[in-house]
Amino acid sequence: MLYRENGQFKTTYASDQQIFPIAQDRLLIVALLAFAFIAVPFLASEYLFRAVLIPFLILSLAALGLNILVGYCGQISLGTGGFMAVGAYAAYNLMIRIDGMPLLLALLLGGVCATAVGVLFGIPSLRIKGLYLAVATLAAQFFCDWAFLRIKWFTNNSSSGSVNIGELNVFGWVVDTPAEKYLFCLGFVAVFALLAKNLVRSHIGREWMAMRDMDVAASVIGIRPVYAKLTAFAVSSFFVGVAGALWGFVYLSAWEPAAFNIDRSFQLLFMVIIGGLGSIMGSFFGAAFIVIVPILLDNAPILLGIPIDTATASHLTFMIFGSLIVFFLIVEPHGLARLWSIGKEKLRLWPFPH
Amino acid sequence: MKLKSLALVATLAAAGAMPLLTSAPAFAQAKDQFFPVLSYRTGAYAPNGVPFANGFVDYLKLINAKGGINGVKVSWEECETGYATDKGVECYERLKGKGATSIHPLSTGITFALTEKVPTDKISLLTAGYGRSESTDGMVFKWNFPLTGTYWDAADVLIQHIGKKEGGQDKLKGKKIALVYHDSPYGKEPIALLQERSKLNGFDLQLLPVAHPGVEQKATWLQIRQNRPDYVLLWGWGVMNSTAIKEAVATGYPRDKMYGVWWAGAEPDVKDVGDGAKGYHALALQHGAEPNAKVVKDVLDLVHGKGQGTGPKEEVGQVLYMRGLMAAMLSTEGVRRAQERFGKGKWVTGEQARWGYENLALDQKKLDALGFAGVLRPISTSCADHRGDVWARVHTWNGSKWEFTSDWYEADQSIIKPMIKQAADKYAAEKKITRRTSEDCQSDSLETARKG
Repeated sequence: MLYRENGQFKTTYASDQQIFPIAQDRLLIVALLAFAFIAVPFLASEYLFRAVLIPFLILSLAALGLNILVGYCGQISLGTGGFMAVGAYAAYNLMIRIDGMPLLLALLLGGVCATAVGVLFGIPSLRIKGLYLAVATLAAQFFCDWAFLRIKWFTNNSSSGSVNIGELNVFGWVVDTPAEKYLFCLGFVAVFALLAKNLVRSHIGREWMAMRDMDVAASVIGIRPVYAKLTAFAVSSFFVGVAGALWGFVYLSAWEPAAFNIDRSFQLLFMVIIGGLGSIMGSFFGAAFIVIVPILLDNAPILLGIPIDTATASHLTFMIFGSLIVFFLIVEPHGLARLWSIGKEKLRLWPFPH
Repeated sequence: MKLKSLALVATLAAAGAMPLLTSAPAFAQAKDQFFPVLSYRTGAYAPNGVPFANGFVDYLKLINAKGGINGVKVSWEECETGYATDKGVECYERLKGKGATSIHPLSTGITFALTEKVPTDKISLLTAGYGRSESTDGMVFKWNFPLTGTYWDAADVLIQHIGKKEGGQDKLKGKKIALVYHDSPYGKEPIALLQERSKLNGFDLQLLPVAHPGVEQKATWLQIRQNRPDYVLLWGWGVMNSTAIKEAVATGYPRDKMYGVWWAGAEPDVKDVGDGAKGYHALALQHGAEPNAKVVKDVLDLVHGKGQGTGPKEEVGQVLYMRGLMAAMLSTEGVRRAQERFGKGKWVTGEQARWGYENLALDQKKLDALGFAGVLRPISTSCADHRGDVWARVHTWNGSKWEFTSDWYEADQSIIKPMIKQAADKYAAEKKITRRTSEDCQSDSLETARKG
């Protein structure tokens, strides 16, 4: 009834090619952005910012990056944690070694370094596919873990191998309070999400998808596999590297290589699979599911006033969370994003489904 | 189709539950003195994390059973970190809003992350026997308190002890000492000091890292078999410790040439190995296993006796249980000290408690009254020294229990002090913070605390 595009006529190509062709969608996304940018900073508590929203935003950015590679280009990767680490450590080194380095530039250059490493480790994808590629990208993960643990130069000879960063200063704006940090991350995520959405709608995105669906057919119709696969690795690693830099700088502010270990790679891959492969929206759903649900489950006994000890609570969290993952994968193998679009389809017919 | 609508409903329900999170830290109680407890009762480090947490919570229960801190009752809440840094940060954020004035992260990784957060939240970061060594310098690390000793102290004491065994520090020349360490900030902390010492004493230092969680050590011990170091220092935690001792048995490395840090010298580390662990030494952070201490009897009477004990009764008084008791005692004594200044029987703020931790004056009389006679030596802290006095002994596993086998040692501050100064200055330069002035030491906590 409310959600219908009846009467919305497209008279120009531009209006036909909008990201959100339906007016209600546009309205919703504008309202959502306004809510996130204007209302949330006033409403949310410090705990919500620091423990829920900031990690959620940063990990959704990383999931977005991984989704470009896995979801759109079909190249499975287990090196995401390693690429995040490259972004974080590169940004750290740029900050401490170059005097007067602007923070924004350092974060973006961190992404650029991750791009270089990503492309390097993406080269094997030209010859190997599927699970074999997963194993090859695993090498990236282990290599990065090793490099940041063992090569002292990367950690500025810190005796414990842990690095820490000073205050965050963006052209005079000191990003200090939780709300400011949240807005800083939100700004990044909003811009990068728009970038990703437009990339996947462009010719390069179509090349990625063609590669994913059938690489032989794609090369027959004139898509260069080298170019398509390596650009996917490059763009994906750039996103992931920036997310890694944000994770270190904004969320942890002091970190060790363990912050970007193999568990992080798996966590991100699960986000992409559960959220929905090949969907920008799905990256956000996946990140929300993986970040927020365990915290909710963990908090539940205390909030509901059920006294159980923390060990039991944490075992329960694992069990419930695990079964939820299985449940969602059985019900909807295409991820939460697919559920979302089913919901929208139903809403179109509501209240008179046929 | 039905299952799909179920999934839709589940998603909506999860979204609906979101506001629950917002209300989480809303109820800060002003009457009780709140102590957050970051613990790990699950995961690879649980065997060591559980007794510590039990001791910590039991001591808080004991405080309440004895009528609180000058009448102020204590309350606490546990949060499971699993020894993971990001989970630790989440726990910290969750618990700090409930009126926390101090926190023990019980993980060097979490300590590093929280060091950046505690100054703005006005919460003292207490790291009794771990943490970052340079945070001893209270002029730079205003909110960190590595009470009773750091890893640099531990490494120094171990080298002193080995030197003594060899018949003098000069005899260390040409010896080979291997450090088998947990490949994390925890295990890497002592390296800087050991390198300094190896230059000074002329011994050859071999570094053998073991990856988390430490169950795969075959390669490490193969290297030890090849190199035959004269001594092995073990910087492990959780399952890594017992695995290392088992591997030592398998490779035939003599156990009495192995020295663990004070986190690698408790019952869970050696129990499984049984007789094989006989002769294995470890540092004792002042206390060892103290089943006869008065405080242990108090816990058994007033907490376990009333059926309120946290863990199994047999574990009361074991090494890590005592470490938990000690950590909790240091937290509450800082508050008690702050009360002496800011009003007895009153709830203290984070800044007031910080003053208490910075001016700890636990003399023998106070320790005896608390039931820590023979367990701890007097500890006093100051603005420049946030660690206080460092005393350690070596204890040895005799197959069934830990026995002290050395006299008291004090770490050689002539080596450590310049290192602390240098590392703290480096941190200050990186973070662009200036050292506190001596006026800041005397006045600030008072003024700001009164205002607050």
